[in-house]
Order: sequence, then structure tokens, then C-alpha cells
Amino acid sequence: MLDKNGIARRIAQELRSGYYVNLGIGIPTLVANFIPPGIEVVLQSENGLLGIGPFPAEAEVDPDLINAGKQTVTMLPGSSLFSSADSFAMIRGGHVDLTILGAMEVSENGDIANWKVPGKMVKGMGGAMDLVASARNIIVAMQHCSKDGQSKLLKTCTLPITGLRCVKKIVTDMAVLDVLPQGGFRLRERAPGVSVAQIQAATEGKLVIDGEVPEITP
Amino acid sequence: MNKVVANATEAIAGLQSGMTLMLGGFGLCGIPENCIAAILASGASQLTCISNNAGVDDFGLGLLLQSRQIKKMVSSYVGENAEFERQLLAGELEVELLPQGTLAERIRAGGAGIPAFYTPAGVGTEVAQGKEVREFDGQMYLLEAWLRADFAFVKAWRGDTLGNLMYRGTARNFNPMMATAGRITVAEVEELVPAGALDPNQVHTPGIYVQRIFQGSHYEKRIEQRTVRK
Repeated sequence: MLDKNGIARRIAQELRSGYYVNLGIGIPTLVANFIPPGIEVVLQSENGLLGIGPFPAEAEVDPDLINAGKQTVTMLPGSSLFSSADSFAMIRGGHVDLTILGAMEVSENGDIANWKVPGKMVKGMGGAMDLVASARNIIVAMQHCSKDGQSKLLKTCTLPITGLRCVKKIVTDMAVLDVLPQGGFRLRERAPGVSVAQIQAATEGKLVIDGEVPEITP
Repeated sequence: MNKVVANATEAIAGLQSGMTLMLGGFGLCGIPENCIAAILASGASQLTCISNNAGVDDFGLGLLLQSRQIKKMVSSYVGENAEFERQLLAGELEVELLPQGTLAERIRAGGAGIPAFYTPAGVGTEVAQGKEVREFDGQMYLLEAWLRADFAFVKAWRGDTLGNLMYRGTARNFNPMMATAGRITVAEVEELVPAGALDPNQVHTPGIYVQRIFQGSHYEKRIEQRTVRK
């Protein structure tokens, strides 16, 4: 099984030089720690920053400089700042190459649910609905099953939808899967020590297995 | 042309119960701290507040929630606030949740005289309920209407006596659009300078949008998630 850093490290392998990338809150934020050597990407923060740098040293902390998770950050050389309207123009306009975000459920046709659990406190969708409606490429980072053991890779989402038919790839603690255009989760890789049978048992939606399924290489 | 007022109390003159307000900021970053304090002191109630977030329990818009001055929030994300949650679950507070980009664009449209626009965000979700859906080039889009307000309260870094504003860092966020969408726009700034002291090339919000401006004081600029490198 992969831990959170393992999931982030595997997703970082999907980055390509020249990408503008939006990282969601949680595991996706960790992807920034594993950008492979030689790969140059620019990270977008939807509250109005391109070129997010590392967290600041104590002396550099600036209350006017935060990321979308409200954490203090720094700017890299070549950064730019802009309004929320400009930020979402970038997002809706298809200028962001890759969005990485968390999810509560993904369906086998690529629908994602990640903003609301009926009956519980609703905190809001933030920028997630804009991001999933427009991103050219969306990778979901999540646990394969919920805390009570229910599969999060489903035939149909049971929770309120964030966006339709938008997820392209999922990296979980157990596996790497592509969402097929015709529907279904194509199993690409499995986490070290996890069998195909275990993944099958943990996947409620249609799992497509074609040939050998290699282990994830760290 | 005299836009300069002495302080937040003067700046909110005319604010009445039942009005619709816009308040800039993302989380606690770039919020109009002085104006929020003056609204609190005014006691105006039954307010509709359009703001990306609702502050935290004891700071930002959380202060106006504690004092029960807010009837309705229009926001994209309202976590981090226990009193908010209590009022919402008790049915004491109305909330309209919108995708963040839709919120930003509805405000921009309000200031730009565009009554509605189509966006892909929210198609097929609860946000689409009751809204027109239309196909363009094979994709579905939602019709979203503009937002305007009786008062817009924005926070800038520097401003001049003609109302020209410059923001700093990610404290810009919703402030520039809100500045355009208020019937009365109030700008509070950390440093107020004479007209002519700002480089016109660097102005983010032209003064035409701003009716009242003052230099704020005692900025706390609280940080929600102080995160440092180890």
C-alpha cells in the first residue's frame, strides 16, 4: 500500500515540463515535494498566484501571501499575481494543463463527488466545480476505500456531484487507474504488495484488466 | 473631488439594515478589517454578505456572525467557523454556495454591466437547479446572473486620494471585482498617498470605481494556517 507521500510521488511522475498545474488541498499539495529533477512546472494557486514556491522560513512569513489552503507560501522568481476573476479565467479558459485534486467518490464514467455529504456540515465547493468543469486533464488522488471500508471507485456516485465525466486518472493507496472513455477503470499499476484480486475486491465499479499489471515503481 | 473620509465609521455612512454588502478577501487575507469593525459597531442587521469565505469564529466576518447581523451569506467556502455551522444547522442563517470562479465572474459581470453569462462550472450538479442550461459547440453551460451590492468594502495596500488602488500579494483576490460592483465602494488602505504619488502603470483598480477611501489602522492581518519550512 502507498502512504500519502507515496501517492503524491507517483502522481508527480505524470508531470511534464512546461505544464501549468493546479494542486488541490491535502495529498495533491504534497505533489510539489516530489517534482522529478529536470521537470519544470508552474504551480497555480486559485486565490491569485502563478509560481508557488516552498513554505517560507519563519522570517519570510507574509500574511499577504497564502495558497488556496490558506497556508503561508513564497513566490518563485518569475511569479505573477492576479485577481480571482483572472485566476478562474485561466482555469475555465483551458490554460491550466493539469488539475490534481482529492475526491470522496469517482464513478466509472469519470464523474467526481468531493464537496458535500448530505446531513453533514456543508463547507462549500470552493474552486473545485470550476476546475473539474474545464481542466484538460484531471488526476484524482485519494484512498481506494473510505474509512469504513467502502469502495470509492463506483459504478455511479452516491454523493452530490462536483463534475461530470471529467476524471482521467486516479492514483490511490492501492493502484493507478485510467478512466476509459467508454466507461470503466483500467488498472494500470498496483501498489507494492497489493494483488490484482485485492484491488478487484476494493473496486465497486467496472475494473478492466488487460495483461500483466506491474507494480508502481517509486 | 473629495473621496477621502477620516475613518471606517465615516466610510460606512448610509449603511442600513437589510442591505447587500460585498466584502473582499480570501480567507483572512485581504479583508477590510476596519470596515468590518465599523459595521459591527453600527449594529446594522439582516445583512446579505457576498464574500468568498465567512471568516473564523473571532475574526473577519465571523465577528458579524457572532453578533447575528448577517441574514444571508453568498460564498464558495465557509469552513473553519463553528458559529457559522451552528447558525446554519439551526436554520438561523441562509447560505448560497457558489463555485468560486462563478462567484468571481458574477461580481465582475455586475461591475461590467453584463447581466448574465454562461459557464461550464456546476453543470449536472445542485448548483444548476433552476438555472438555464444551453449547449455551445457540443458542451453544456449554465446561465449565471450578475451580482451587485449596495456597498462594496475592499482592502488595498496603497491608495491615493482619487481612489486609485494597488494591492499586494494574494491579498488582491476578490477585491478588484468587488470594487467595481458596489453602488458605493469603500476602500480601506494601509497607506493613503496624495493623487500623483502612485505610478499610473501600477494601478490595479482605477479610482472611478471608488467613492470613499481612508487609511485604516491597527491591521492585525491574522494568518489562518501559518506554515513554515522545517
